[in-house]
Amino acid sequence: MSDISIKITDRNGALHEILAPTDMAMNIMEVVRSYELAEEGTIGVCGGMAMCASCQCYITSDHELPEMNPDEDLMLAEAFYVQNNSRLGCQIHITSALDGLEIELAPES
Amino acid sequence: MIKTDILIIGAGPTGLFTVFEAGLLKLKCHLIDALPQPGGQCSEIYPKKPIYDIPAYPEILAGDLTDKLLEQIKAFEPGFTLGERAETIEKLEDDTFIVTTNKGTKHHAPIVAIAGGLGSFEPRKPPIPNIADFEDAGVEYIIRDPEVYRDKKVVIAGGGDSALDWAIFLTDIASEVSLVHRRNEFRGALDSVDKVQELKDAGKITMITPAEVTGILGDEKVTGVSIVKNGEEKIKLEVDHFIPLFGLSPKLGPIANWGLDIEKNAIKVNNALDYQTNIPGIYAIGDVNTYPGKLKLILCGFHEATIMCQSAYKRIHPNKKYVMKYTTVGGVEGFDGSKKEAPKAVVKKIE
Repeated sequence: MSDISIKITDRNGALHEILAPTDMAMNIMEVVRSYELAEEGTIGVCGGMAMCASCQCYITSDHELPEMNPDEDLMLAEAFYVQNNSRLGCQIHITSALDGLEIELAPES
Repeated sequence: MIKTDILIIGAGPTGLFTVFEAGLLKLKCHLIDALPQPGGQCSEIYPKKPIYDIPAYPEILAGDLTDKLLEQIKAFEPGFTLGERAETIEKLEDDTFIVTTNKGTKHHAPIVAIAGGLGSFEPRKPPIPNIADFEDAGVEYIIRDPEVYRDKKVVIAGGGDSALDWAIFLTDIASEVSLVHRRNEFRGALDSVDKVQELKDAGKITMITPAEVTGILGDEKVTGVSIVKNGEEKIKLEVDHFIPLFGLSPKLGPIANWGLDIEKNAIKVNNALDYQTNIPGIYAIGDVNTYPGKLKLILCGFHEATIMCQSAYKRIHPNKKYVMKYTTVGGVEGFDGSKKEAPKAVVKKIE
């Protein structure tokens, strides 16, 4: 199977159930952009280098995610609206293990 | 009043390269940028990160790309208005423009090229409910004049280079410097972290970590902040200034109100012809524009700048004949009197 299903709650609270490819080297931030679920220019500002936190999201399902690297960890230490389940979407790659993932986009800051 | 041929808004890679292409056409350029240094995102966000898709550079650091562009355009003597944001535009009767910055600097040009990337970089403001009430009354997101802090009690929040560097710098000026960060670890350069450690050990910086400023105390001006440490312990700290340094994020800003067609936070342009906007004489190039099939790549910005300059030339000199010349053939004649040209062939007879 090359597509997985992800439920994304956008910044306005609307829920979107979308399909994301596992074979395109995409990450969560890029999937959100490809479906235009957040206004262009308000997400993925640094392009995916874990340097801006504009793609912060809350993981609301209990999937086991890849561990945070120091870049992501320290960027989140300076981001706003951070919760225990905060991650940077740009650092989470789409793999079949994430099928059924549920996330919520953090507010713009 | 600053006068030029092409007024470029944004001194990122696209804006800088525009100076070169305009210079080949003998058009002078002046650039406005909200950041204090040229380079845009390349110098502000990721100067030490490599880029792999600049033609003929298998790998180049973003900061080095900025330096190379500045070197390439030096002979065309661009003017810069840095640390100021383009605020308003006015079209005069002769179809030229006056652009005024937030500090009141006026620029007059027949052509405006918006190369504004994702917008001008604005400080990220922490979501503390009453913070707006204290802006310029003890809360500063940017340090403009360090002397303001002489003999004052200052608390800085943040974990990156600017938080560390200013904490170090202000120890010589302020009476007390505290640094609040949500972690014990810092993201800044290692020697800055070491220096802060040294100043902490010497009792010159008070470190409050892991902690977060959650409230601002005072009546009209800041008299203190409330801090939550280790997730529970509440601290009140008496300070005169609270300086949150959480980096910058780009906002399209005042350009959005210039009467330009905007779509998805970008300016719509005519990509079939010359990247002109709906207002004749105003162009938009690089990441700030949009059209069907748009790619936000530096190399696409270079192309757009080149096409745009040809159109600007025709607008400025409608009756002059002109054909594009290769730099290898025509050389590069700077406005500073310098001239670069291909060496002439050496002729030698065979006896």
